[in-house]
Amino acid sequence: MTLNATILRLSAQALLGRRRGLVLALIPAVVVALAIVVRALTESGTGYEIVNAVGFTLALPLVALLAASAVLGPEVDDGSIVYLIAKPVPRRVVALSKYAVAWLATMALGAVPLFLAGLILQADAPSKALAWAVGGAVAGTTYAALFLALAALTRHAVVAGLLFVLLWEGLLGGLLSGIKWLAIGAWGREIASAVSSAVDDPGTGLTYAVLASLVVTAFSLWFAGDRLRSFTLRGDE
Amino acid sequence: MATISLDAVSRWYGNVVAVNGITMTIGPGVTGLLGPNGAGKSTLIALMSGFLSPSAGSVTLDGTPIWRNTEVYRTIGLVPEREISFGYLTGHQFVIANAELHGLPDPGAAAQRALEIVDMVEPAARRIGTYSKGMRQRVKLASALVHDPGVLLLDEPFNGVDPRQRLHLMALLQRFGAEGRTVLFSSHILEEVEQVARQIEVVVSGRHAASGDFGEIRRLMTDRPVQYVVVSSDDRRLASALIAEPSVVAVSLRPVVAGRGGVDVSVSDLGGFAHRLPRVSHDAGVRLIELSPTDESLESVFAYLVGR
Repeated sequence: MTLNATILRLSAQALLGRRRGLVLALIPAVVVALAIVVRALTESGTGYEIVNAVGFTLALPLVALLAASAVLGPEVDDGSIVYLIAKPVPRRVVALSKYAVAWLATMALGAVPLFLAGLILQADAPSKALAWAVGGAVAGTTYAALFLALAALTRHAVVAGLLFVLLWEGLLGGLLSGIKWLAIGAWGREIASAVSSAVDDPGTGLTYAVLASLVVTAFSLWFAGDRLRSFTLRGDE
Repeated sequence: MATISLDAVSRWYGNVVAVNGITMTIGPGVTGLLGPNGAGKSTLIALMSGFLSPSAGSVTLDGTPIWRNTEVYRTIGLVPEREISFGYLTGHQFVIANAELHGLPDPGAAAQRALEIVDMVEPAARRIGTYSKGMRQRVKLASALVHDPGVLLLDEPFNGVDPRQRLHLMALLQRFGAEGRTVLFSSHILEEVEQVARQIEVVVSGRHAASGDFGEIRRLMTDRPVQYVVVSSDDRRLASALIAEPSVVAVSLRPVVAGRGGVDVSVSDLGGFAHRLPRVSHDAGVRLIELSPTDESLESVFAYLVGR
């Protein structure tokens, strides 16, 4: 299974060439700027909760959602993806190539800023910053795959993704501890806590967190590819 | 020489039937797929291009099933009705991307050749977002032609294209047909189809209503009984005189509403009827007040073909 250079290029252009690209860059900019402001006004280590509450819980899944829906959503919604897939290129390769672009964007604009914000807030604790970045990279990998599958499934992918992030993982996840078993963010935090004990352990166990992330990522990518294989052109009639 | 075959193909969505038991073979040359809007033309093209699975029956390209088989796109070029939304690319970039996706050895040369065919070399440097409808249509065609396909499927290619570009497109399709390619395009306009296609397939309400060369289809359409309503000073007397005419196949009286009735006349030979009507009414001593056709719409023509 390989990636297709043309799909990669077109997806990157679709991601960066529109207003969405700006919003996408704005999110990590806000996280880093917030960290700089807090650091300037307070002592080192104060307000570190920003990395978790704003960077990891909010910005990371939002970046993954915007990136994954931008590379696939508009083309599926308006049907113009037929121009890309009426080609002798396996549809799984198309799905995987689009995922690769969304994944790169999520890493660069979702996971790396966690590391930066962590270092800015507490320069003498690089391992804690790295832990958030590693946890963020794993969670971002899973988020991007899940949201790509959503974009292949429904034209309401952004709304569904927001509900998942804000309502399920955010609100309900804070109220009911059992949700950690079905929350991508909790798995990422679990992995971060394995890298640095300075990160609170949600308590799913590392093995479960890694396996669950892998399974959701693999199934989501398979599903997105399968949806493209069965892509149906609806007539205007 | 590539052939697309539909064998007893049906497609339904829940309990709505979009295409019903259609068997047809599309071979080399230009074939027109004619039918009113909503007849199932786009559904058929989606089936033939691998973007819809048949609920029953089979759709094949030279014997190979088309659904879920991306290899068929080495042979098939598709021009969907759907707009290209890649407004941020130039026409040239878009066609090159298509050539690359086909894995052609020299995408640049292939794109150039395709753009030359559709006469879009010069505007290809501009972004697609700035194109007129006709230019976008031609870039779509170039992207479908870039791999020199044996089969070309076009969904309503003349929609919204200005008359001059329409003629250009028609000439192109005829040329592809003459080159031995299998070209199929859909349209809801008989005159349009007649000008380009030798072979015409008519679909109405998801059914295969007629198939043949354009002369045959034209005869079917013009020979059908035509409906008129005649209002006169004495409808009953006129009706009894008209039924004696060989050109008239049926008459019926309309109920009189507000002192005004009328005779519905079904006519098989239009010329004969037009010639005889004044004479018949004069001889019967009836004064004609109004004569008007009641069903000249294309839909009624199609409905006649289905009911035949």
